[in-house]
Amino acid sequence: MSFAIGALAPNFTLPDTYGNATPLRDVDSPVTLVVFTCNHCPYALAWHDRLQAVARDYGPRGVRILQINSNDAERYPRDSAEAMSARVGAGEFASPYLHDATQEVAHAWGAAVTPDVYVLDAQGRLAYHGAPDSDHGDESLAAVWLRDALDAVLGGRPPDPAQTEPVGCSIKWRPY
Amino acid sequence: MAPGVELLYWDGCPSHPAALAELRAALAELGRRDVEVAATEITSQAQAARRAFVGSPTLRVGGVDPVPPPPGEPAGLTCRLYRLRDGRHSPTPDPADLRDALRRLLPPPTQES
Repeated sequence: MSFAIGALAPNFTLPDTYGNATPLRDVDSPVTLVVFTCNHCPYALAWHDRLQAVARDYGPRGVRILQINSNDAERYPRDSAEAMSARVGAGEFASPYLHDATQEVAHAWGAAVTPDVYVLDAQGRLAYHGAPDSDHGDESLAAVWLRDALDAVLGGRPPDPAQTEPVGCSIKWRPY
Repeated sequence: MAPGVELLYWDGCPSHPAALAELRAALAELGRRDVEVAATEITSQAQAARRAFVGSPTLRVGGVDPVPPPPGEPAGLTCRLYRLRDGRHSPTPDPADLRDALRRLLPPPTQES
């Protein structure tokens, strides 16, 4: 289960596809967007272009955008670090793509599916959690729930709704 | 009932209700309400390997996948990735591909005496 709206997000530092240690927070960013995604899930891929459009539109407005792959790459090789690098190299990502190889971040955040979207305010508190919009199959929706949430937080207002139901493939946990 | 279509699904992926609805819509569009649809849950990696289940949902018509996966696709408990005719990714087959495949693979309807 994810942490509550208004709660501080668990901190992390994860490597991007170039090996750069990338922290969750940047003190200059008024809003942080974190998306748990992956390479093989049809839901993540169906929403992918909409999410990259959000990154291109809101990055210049100061929103810090981080995309994270937490899937078990041993059982799902398409989610390997090499496959992540290949996609970044092909220009498929409009923000850093981070590797949560130990799955500690996904566990700490209570992320359940891909894509799973989190918007944090300037203090790092959860302002929106859920899906980008209501239908993975309808590109015209343009991630409107996420855009509305970002606009609200940038405007100093709480998003309404603050929570929607994330829909997608389950995160592929490592066997214990 | 005519010999049917089997829908193999894994409960960890949310796409099977939509797949079932789209399958029934395709059968209705083809006038094949006589075709029996059976849903089978795949619950383990071993079962996925045994059934050559490359992701949820997977359909079988007379044992044949109507929308065959790429060669070498591994069996596993995951959501299956389909491509729509316009190139977009989807968790379910393109309805037109499904309809065409059903038309090709289903035996003709039996005449009721």
